[in-house]
Amino acid sequence: MRRRIPQLICGLFGLVVFLCYFSSHPTARSIYLTVTLDYWQIIFAFTLIVGAISFVRVNLRGIERGEDRSYRIASLVGVITMPLLALIWGLKGGSPFMWVFENIQVPMQSTVFALLAFFVASASYRGFRARSMQAAILLGAALLMLIARSTIGDMLWARIPEAAEWVRTTPAMSARRAILIGIGLGSLTTSVRVLIGIERTWLGGEK
Amino acid sequence: MPLLVLVNIIATGTPWFDTGKLPILIAAIIAIGIVLIATYHRRSRERFQLRKIAGLEAVEEAIGRATEMARPLLYTPGWGGDIQRPTTIASMNILSHVAARAARYDCQLVYPTHDPVIMSVAQEVVKESYVQEGLADRFNEDNIRYVSSSQFGYAAAVEGLITRLEPASIFLLGTFEAESLIMAETGNFVGAIQIAGTDSTIQLSFFIVACDYTLIGEELFAASGYLSGDQSILASVRAQDMMKLIIMVLLLIAVIWASFAPDSTWWRF
Repeated sequence: MRRRIPQLICGLFGLVVFLCYFSSHPTARSIYLTVTLDYWQIIFAFTLIVGAISFVRVNLRGIERGEDRSYRIASLVGVITMPLLALIWGLKGGSPFMWVFENIQVPMQSTVFALLAFFVASASYRGFRARSMQAAILLGAALLMLIARSTIGDMLWARIPEAAEWVRTTPAMSARRAILIGIGLGSLTTSVRVLIGIERTWLGGEK
Repeated sequence: MPLLVLVNIIATGTPWFDTGKLPILIAAIIAIGIVLIATYHRRSRERFQLRKIAGLEAVEEAIGRATEMARPLLYTPGWGGDIQRPTTIASMNILSHVAARAARYDCQLVYPTHDPVIMSVAQEVVKESYVQEGLADRFNEDNIRYVSSSQFGYAAAVEGLITRLEPASIFLLGTFEAESLIMAETGNFVGAIQIAGTDSTIQLSFFIVACDYTLIGEELFAASGYLSGDQSILASVRAQDMMKLIIMVLLLIAVIWASFAPDSTWWRF
């Protein structure tokens, strides 16, 4: 019973959303948006409370045990300070909340994003070593792309950018589409398995 | 409320069925029909073999390695998906299997996520796996943790966890965006064996370069049947192959048709 009811709810809502997708009627649109947006936001809001409590509990326990104390204290200060700033001074432009967001959070996020440049370089170095035929083809395609996208590509030979474009739009795109068809079919069968109740792992298990 | 709905239905002249979506409806009905027949028809469910998938074969090796090295396993579903996404459900299926093995071998499993809904579901999945192994006392709720909803906050948190915990094995299975390479490269730096899989074709290329094993395309969705050996799920994987065959035949017909009658448009739907 513990699993049968959520399974029935899941199957029913899956069927409703599936049917509403094929209708432009205002009532069907309204049901579709209610299920996919309103209900979802309610579920998210409740689980966010659970998530925030879990976050605070995990970090408090870590501080008690003396594990990574400085990081955990910084995390907790952030979690407590930001809602307080928003509640006291609001979210308008120029408020302390926005100041912290623009001058602390955004630069920190940009810093992590900037790490990608170094990671792309190190991953490319490993990936583009011609250890096998496939790796050699990958290396060749990557070099062609790099040369074509830089200014010297056109200068070396006018057909290089054309060749790079052909690689991008023909062999690369056909492989990508084949993977996308596989992903689409996989998504469809997984969804059908969940809706008809063959797949029950998301409910916590089989029994 | 029912009266209002009824008034609305009568008042608006919009038809209930959008005829523009008829081809999608036909394709969906055929696809769902094939899945149902393959799953429930007795002869279709006769035992058949799936080809070896290196990434899934390596799951046991990854868990064994973590056990031997007495270091944790790290499993994360990526920032791009929520629980409504089939990829996340497919990832949960693999998580269930990994958690059962981790419980059996008494190996710590850490699961950081960006989404509190995924956290709640993952806690249930992992807890149930521990219970089914008869080792509920080994389950630690704090290992399945919500870290941040911000993309790079989540990336930084997972990166920090990888650097400090130095997990022996890392599973990057779900929907990933720009954070994929940050995590995969950090995992590579600490020498972890990495198994990755995603439905994002852009991030797949990063995983192929940075990880030891990558589940490509439908391999991620076939994992549930592959790992559990459940015949119903395996039958639905077979249905996928049947649909692929139909798509290939349709593509071939469309290519030939378009070659001889370039002005025709029926195949463009």
